[in-house]
Amino acid sequence: MLAYLIRRLFAAAVMLVVIILVVFSIFFLVPKWAGVDIATSFVGKQADPHAVEAVREKLGLGDPIYVQVWHFFKGIFVGRTYAAGGDVTHCAAPCFGYSFRSEQAVWPVLTDRFPVTLGLALGAAVLWLIFGVAAGVLSALKRGSLWDRGAMVVALSGVSLPIYFTGLLSLAIFSYGLHWIDGKYVSVGDSFGGWFSGMLLPWITLAFLYAAMYARITRATMLEILGEDYIRTARAKGLTEPVVIGKHAMRSTMTPILTMLGMDLGALIGGAILTETTFSIPGLGQAVLTAIKNQDLPIILGVTLITSLAVLIANLAVDVLYAVIDPRVRLA
Amino acid sequence: MNTQRTSGRRKQALAAAAVVAGLLTTAACGGGNGGSKDGAAGFDAANNKVAQADQVKKGGTLKFVSTQDADSWDTTRGYYGFMWDFSRYYSRQLLTYKTEPGAEGAKLTPDLATDMGKVTDGGKTYTFTLRDGVTWEDGKPITSQDIKYGIERVWAQDVLSGGPIYLQQMLDPKNTYKGPYKDSAKDHLGLKAIDTPDAKTIVFHLPSPNSDFLQAVAMTSGSPVRQDMDTKSKYGLHPFSSGPYKFQSYAPGKNLVLVRNTNWKASSDPVRKAYPDKITLDISTNQADSDQRLINGDYDLDASQTGLGAQGRQIALKEHKDNLDNPVSGFIRYAVFPQSVKPFDNLHCRKAVIYAADHVSLQTARGGPVAGGDIGTNMLPPSVAGGEGQKYDPYKIATKNKNGNVNLAKQELKACGQPNGFKTTIAVRNNKQQEVATAESLQAALKKVGIDADIYQYDGSQSPGIIGSPSNVAKKKLGIIIMGWGPDFPTVQGYGIPLWSSKYILQSGNNNYALIKDKAIDGLFDQYTSTLDESKKTQIATQINHKVMEGGYYLPFVFERLLNIRSSRLANVYTTNAYSGYYDFVNLGLKSTK
Amino acid sequence: MTELSKTGAAVGEPTSSSPAPSSFLEVRDLKVHFPTDDGLVKSVDGLSFQLEKGKTLGIVGESGSGKSVTSLGIMGLHTAGQYGKRKAQISGEIWLNGTELLSADPDHVRKLRGREMAMIFQDPLSALHPYYTIGAQIVEAYRIHHDVDKKTAKRRAVEMLDRVGIPQPDKRVDSYPHEFSGGMRQRAMIAMSLVNNPELLIADEPTTALDVTVQAQILDLIRDLQKEFGSAVIIITHDLGVVAELADDILVMYGGRCVERGPAEKVFYEPRHPYTWGLLGSMPRLDRDQQERLIPVKGSPPSLINIPSGCAFNPRCPYADVPKDNLTRTVRPELTGVGDKHWAACHMSQEQRERIWTEEIAPKL
Repeated sequence: MLAYLIRRLFAAAVMLVVIILVVFSIFFLVPKWAGVDIATSFVGKQADPHAVEAVREKLGLGDPIYVQVWHFFKGIFVGRTYAAGGDVTHCAAPCFGYSFRSEQAVWPVLTDRFPVTLGLALGAAVLWLIFGVAAGVLSALKRGSLWDRGAMVVALSGVSLPIYFTGLLSLAIFSYGLHWIDGKYVSVGDSFGGWFSGMLLPWITLAFLYAAMYARITRATMLEILGEDYIRTARAKGLTEPVVIGKHAMRSTMTPILTMLGMDLGALIGGAILTETTFSIPGLGQAVLTAIKNQDLPIILGVTLITSLAVLIANLAVDVLYAVIDPRVRLA
Repeated sequence: MNTQRTSGRRKQALAAAAVVAGLLTTAACGGGNGGSKDGAAGFDAANNKVAQADQVKKGGTLKFVSTQDADSWDTTRGYYGFMWDFSRYYSRQLLTYKTEPGAEGAKLTPDLATDMGKVTDGGKTYTFTLRDGVTWEDGKPITSQDIKYGIERVWAQDVLSGGPIYLQQMLDPKNTYKGPYKDSAKDHLGLKAIDTPDAKTIVFHLPSPNSDFLQAVAMTSGSPVRQDMDTKSKYGLHPFSSGPYKFQSYAPGKNLVLVRNTNWKASSDPVRKAYPDKITLDISTNQADSDQRLINGDYDLDASQTGLGAQGRQIALKEHKDNLDNPVSGFIRYAVFPQSVKPFDNLHCRKAVIYAADHVSLQTARGGPVAGGDIGTNMLPPSVAGGEGQKYDPYKIATKNKNGNVNLAKQELKACGQPNGFKTTIAVRNNKQQEVATAESLQAALKKVGIDADIYQYDGSQSPGIIGSPSNVAKKKLGIIIMGWGPDFPTVQGYGIPLWSSKYILQSGNNNYALIKDKAIDGLFDQYTSTLDESKKTQIATQINHKVMEGGYYLPFVFERLLNIRSSRLANVYTTNAYSGYYDFVNLGLKSTK
Repeated sequence: MTELSKTGAAVGEPTSSSPAPSSFLEVRDLKVHFPTDDGLVKSVDGLSFQLEKGKTLGIVGESGSGKSVTSLGIMGLHTAGQYGKRKAQISGEIWLNGTELLSADPDHVRKLRGREMAMIFQDPLSALHPYYTIGAQIVEAYRIHHDVDKKTAKRRAVEMLDRVGIPQPDKRVDSYPHEFSGGMRQRAMIAMSLVNNPELLIADEPTTALDVTVQAQILDLIRDLQKEFGSAVIIITHDLGVVAELADDILVMYGGRCVERGPAEKVFYEPRHPYTWGLLGSMPRLDRDQQERLIPVKGSPPSLINIPSGCAFNPRCPYADVPKDNLTRTVRPELTGVGDKHWAACHMSQEQRERIWTEEIAPKL
């Protein structure tokens, strides 16, 4: 198990390096092919050639990519010193550099925004697990009934309606219309109650999308599991239906669901862009969206690294969890 | 001003969803029509005039929202129009714009300086004296050295990129000074073009006169910066205040809070009234949401002043018209014809496109008369001195030919030697819905006269490298480029030099897309910069505009209008030509301090 | 009306209104039909038999003949937890120890399951929950019917594992099913079934999924345990060989009905139904040559939606034309006595069948 973990972590580290290389390549090579000079977008409207050159030097855009990649990793592990035009700054490890645009250090941006996104993802996950799985189980047990059909239609709409639609709809109804919730993001530090009520709509909106998926998966898995021989065995033992379903069938049904949950949580850390944009939640997704618009490489790199790490850790956690749930799976 | 927003496809996507939101909210907030009920000043009540100045109370919190943050709050680095407007809360300059509505607001008035400065040496030397009692946020006096240092920072483009560089271009066109950070002088005040004989006096030496020099001095980049408070590239995260408000907190991309600078003395500032106690700016990433909150009155103003989105506009016009103003923005939307792409080297072919275009359809594509603007007939914005608006219409764009004139277009095609039309490409930013719509309108109109135009869409953030690179334009044969432009300061120089002067043709980040190399135009600009008389300057501006139009380089679409909303809480509201039709932020007040 | 045989299996035309029988288990005119989109699947269509404690009944037939459906019907597993599916239609009577199960309260039947009647399934790998240890599954089976703490239940589980011949039961009790070999798994399954000393044990193809060598061990184990616990046992199989040594009585099923029934030695040595002949012919025997080894029943099992008219076996029966007047294709034969406690359902006359058996079939076996 330990050897397995070490090997996986090593593979994850290699993966991260590759991801960073890819981001660097996309950032630098694609504009190059398109014949675009990134530096020009950082100077004012009068693209004075001196200014463009100065920017190129300051941002290190003139260095070969491998040098930039080297500096990037060096910064993370030992820190790095920025010196441009007499402005010397030492950035201590872990240094993810400074935003090209706002000049703020990237690391505090990440540590500031990560919990926000995590809160969004976890809160939504709790909701969608509860409602998605419950709806899926009920649908499976009442297969073909009105409830089942209704639930699956709702689930289908949940899966196919985009977040910005359901998000705005929920804002329009509950915030602007009924004034039940303000729907404005408040940080936990300022007020827990404010944060909670501000996060309710995003949670519900996000959970709606995922609950739909989870309901469908739960239903399908549950139906499959109910046909298993060991369920018949459980009944043959004289177990009551709640035990047969709640214990024997659920345990097996949860396996694919937990796998999905791990993946989804990992992906959400970096992928709640639409939700964060719709509800103006200052999380990582919002940061990276703005950064992409602004060609703000250090922020893009930082968020990419953090979210890739989250996905990798989530995958690892799923694998370990899998081994815990299913004794047949051996980590080797 | 560089206020172009690149909000992207998200906006289109949101628009669809927001239609539903709009329907719902229309039903939800049905009560509040007839603005007088909640005290709204009325439609266009603040457009070029002051609304409800008498109702202003001191105190309260003024709440801004914006879908984008400033490019930088560093006075040297900001280029967004709204940042300049907003920066007057925390920064002062020698001169600034009058706090008056409309055209009067575009005029300069002394701020830190006691007067408009003494001009000597044939317009090459400007001398200013500082007012008494002007102080920093820590109570120390603002000195002439602080102003010099602040201006010197413009030279440090290697650290402080992004802002306008007019001061450098006017004071040191050869760029010999390396900026204060590389300055070997002990006090880092080595810029020879500025003298500070004492703490109260500052003298500017220009190598050649420039009649718009005072405009450059009044720009935000002319603000003082105190050396011991200069955090260099990080300065924008917390600028040190010289104005009535100071930074309390700022989280980029999230929010900004300004509170009163208790060391600012009203007696030292003839311009700023400083009504509210606190000013907040929230950055929202959802325009539909922020529009809705503006309409609901949760926020007072949209800081970025880019107007309401499509669905917010509909709701607001229907339910809250008394909270709206519809000023001319200073922006002109247009198509431009690079002469490097055949057959646009030929004036007649350019004219053929101008005549063929359906100008009403183009206006509609921009959003119609309210959201889009008036049909553009020439290239000088009405808000700029010398601009004549629709009165000057050499191609009868707004009158006879407003729906396109096929016959005239065909005549021009014949004269150009392309009687059967030709093939060309229209370049347009794909993240601007209205721009793509104008491209399609133009494409349809050109088809009628045999001009077969492809539409080439590109990402707006890549403009400098794609349409800003003449070699790329020639290579890709981009014969028609759709763009927009607004003035950095409300003069023909602040608007037109980068567009029309042959000196501004750049290999990258070029804005003279037409590649105009007209000695007459260059000459007029030279004449303009050396003319100090205001009425003469205005005349020259008009002449330049006429020359540009006669060259047929541009097909103007609209003189853009904004549709901005102000909350009913606001008092002393007015739009100003100084900031292209934006509300003048600095003297906004609230009717109630609650 | 009900006639008890010495060996325990009884016959006769059961009447549905008769009072509680004195047999330990009596099934009367059991019908299990499943409605589907294609039509009504008549998996069991009128089956009756009896079984006494301490006796073993072998139910033999091809897959789809209705033998497993019968066993699940006795266990009440056609109705328990059949969510959303179209409900199976079950009629007839199943008397267990004086209680009629089909009309009883489902929860009462549930309480009988595992305690009074237990079942061993064909594939122990899929029949055991992969995520729980063997011990946990046995403990669960025990505790649902016995109010004891986990420790006691676990001791009982170890005891049972020991009894079914699993080495080091105190260690193996914490193993998962996948950590056992096939034979060991089936032993564990048996241990689980017998943990509550059930009076009726139904073994549904208990050895089919196992190696030949292990098969014999498992059958021996079942026999030994039956003696020890005194239960009634039903062994369901498609393989007559399996029941040859184990069963007291044999019931041959075809197309959802019983075609022959009688004491084991009778059915083996004096079979009176052509289908039984076919089964005997296809039974592997060690003393036979490879070449002449199998005489399989030609054709495929009948559709349970459209059961052939007349004798269900007629399309596959080589002697279908022996009876006159096309009788085999028009009239369904009923069970008739063909010997001492021995019944078969065939239109051929007793003499015809005796002749064919002794002259044509037996010599080839």
